[in-house]
Amino acid sequence: MLNITEKILARASGKKEVSPGDVVFVNVDKVMVHDVSGPGVLAVFEKLRKKGMTIDKVWDPERVWVAEDHFVPAADKISAQNIVLLTNFTKQFGIKKHFKYGMGQYGICHTLSHEEAMVLPGEVYVGGDSHTNTTGALGAFAAGLGHTDVAYVLLNGKIWFKVPETLFFKLNGKLPDHVMAKDLILKIIGDIGTDGAAYKTMQFGGTGVSEMSVESRLTLTNMTTEAGAKSGIVEPDQKIREYLAARGITRYDEVHGDADAQYEKVYEYEGSEMEPIVAKPFSPENTVVARDLSSVELDKAYIGSCTGAKLEDLEAAAKILKGRTVKIRTEVLPAAMSIFRKAMDGGLLKIFLDAGVVVGPPTCGACCGAHMGVLAKDEICISTTNRNFPGRMGHIESQTYLASPLVAAASAVTGKITDPRDLK
Amino acid sequence: MEPFKKIKSIATPLDKVNVDTDQIVPKQFLKLIQRTGFGQYLFYDWRYEKGGLPRKDFVLNDPAYGHSRILLARDNFGCGSSREHAVWALDDYGFKVIISTSFADIFYNNCFKNGILPIRVSDEILEKLFSTKSEIEVDLETQSIKADNVSISFQIEPHWKKILLEGLDDIAMTLLHEEQIASYEKSHKI
Repeated sequence: MLNITEKILARASGKKEVSPGDVVFVNVDKVMVHDVSGPGVLAVFEKLRKKGMTIDKVWDPERVWVAEDHFVPAADKISAQNIVLLTNFTKQFGIKKHFKYGMGQYGICHTLSHEEAMVLPGEVYVGGDSHTNTTGALGAFAAGLGHTDVAYVLLNGKIWFKVPETLFFKLNGKLPDHVMAKDLILKIIGDIGTDGAAYKTMQFGGTGVSEMSVESRLTLTNMTTEAGAKSGIVEPDQKIREYLAARGITRYDEVHGDADAQYEKVYEYEGSEMEPIVAKPFSPENTVVARDLSSVELDKAYIGSCTGAKLEDLEAAAKILKGRTVKIRTEVLPAAMSIFRKAMDGGLLKIFLDAGVVVGPPTCGACCGAHMGVLAKDEICISTTNRNFPGRMGHIESQTYLASPLVAAASAVTGKITDPRDLK
Repeated sequence: MEPFKKIKSIATPLDKVNVDTDQIVPKQFLKLIQRTGFGQYLFYDWRYEKGGLPRKDFVLNDPAYGHSRILLARDNFGCGSSREHAVWALDDYGFKVIISTSFADIFYNNCFKNGILPIRVSDEILEKLFSTKSEIEVDLETQSIKADNVSISFQIEPHWKKILLEGLDDIAMTLLHEEQIASYEKSHKI
């Protein structure tokens, strides 16, 4: 009667079974830091050193990996320095999996986690970033931690968790062609609120999810963070196996929930009833159907981030932009170099450039309002990203509407928020 | 960390829901490498005008709350990015207690790692605390909150209470006592 999350946590803590509310010490399989949490963790190490602790190794350098994503290309002198710090750290501690900007494959950490199969089904994965939940779509327990917790894991390979309750979201039937996983997760967050899954796991299933691509599932788990969830997860299936096999990985130990698995609550959604959804400023729960916003005039469309710049997100945008030109400033930033290459090989980059779009390097930059195209005061952006808090993408008085790549691309063409069905 | 005992202070009322960690410490300050000194950046965009002058209408700039060590917040405080800098800033500024109806999960955990006590209370109690003009006393040992119009007990996970009361560094402590924590937690389940 255990669900997949309980089973993973039971196995990782050497127990036969666990129930929600139990505190368990689990062995961690993989841990990730990036160019914001890495220096943060190093600051915690410094504090511990001052207290007399010797820190000259991590528990297992093979299980640690590092991404450069938030402030690359280096936004300024301090961020350049942080990359140097990160490089010295991985050298000193013998961490080989460091995806460096400008040296082949690199990209947003949550995208690399699946593109590079850094995490496998059944594993416990933690990272110094709140969207670590994303990787749960591969059938792993994946959760974000603060810097002190990550420092602890780096030293000990363990962490404690309170076993979360699980909310099960069941999608019956396929989504219509004009609706993407992004619309479904926005709809769900609008229904349960930004703390609707606080310290809970959001599990996705049903025929609609079984039919979904791996990348679509990753969009669902990615935004569980916006509902306050501890983690998001999908049971691994043949699609996951094929996805990993395409990356040369066939050996791992899948975990599945029992047939009579228990969930705190089950929510059902009918695929055929779903519509394009947009979250208005300044909260991801502030959702309406896209058509209700057709009078909102925009300054910019942004197709990027771990949420909305995977290959199929770019394909969706290209489907709309093919043979059309954009009316507002539009940026496409593939979430990893591997996706950039596939977009080039598949002719998507030409479609974007022909439409007048700027294509940029993978970075979290503008999604978190840090650099690489931030918004001015009063500017309004439609974005495939995951957050629209005040000032998230730039000036505190700018506004961000969250949408699927189809809606973002259709809106780029008209300059107003546009349901892709209404595009002429 | 300093052992946490009793805090008695005027409370700063931050009357906003869903305050995310980017409001607590804006992204431009995440690049700083050291762990200290973040207090000056706390609520930066709300606290300062463009030229760096304090905004008179923001509660932190009200001299009445100048020595406040308790922050009153609203639903889902600390949501968004997992940046621990947010807690470092609150701590460095001087807040030792945050009272709200709910907290985001990673933020909540980060608080304890840095000697801050986050307390969840009901809507009704929070309203009363927002309306009090008296000092608020928070006693961790007895798990109680007292003000002129409120006297309640609050819940806290047992191991977090122990860590704060004894001023234990979470990392050092878990290194030594992880099994004890598990059994302690089991016998004191809330």
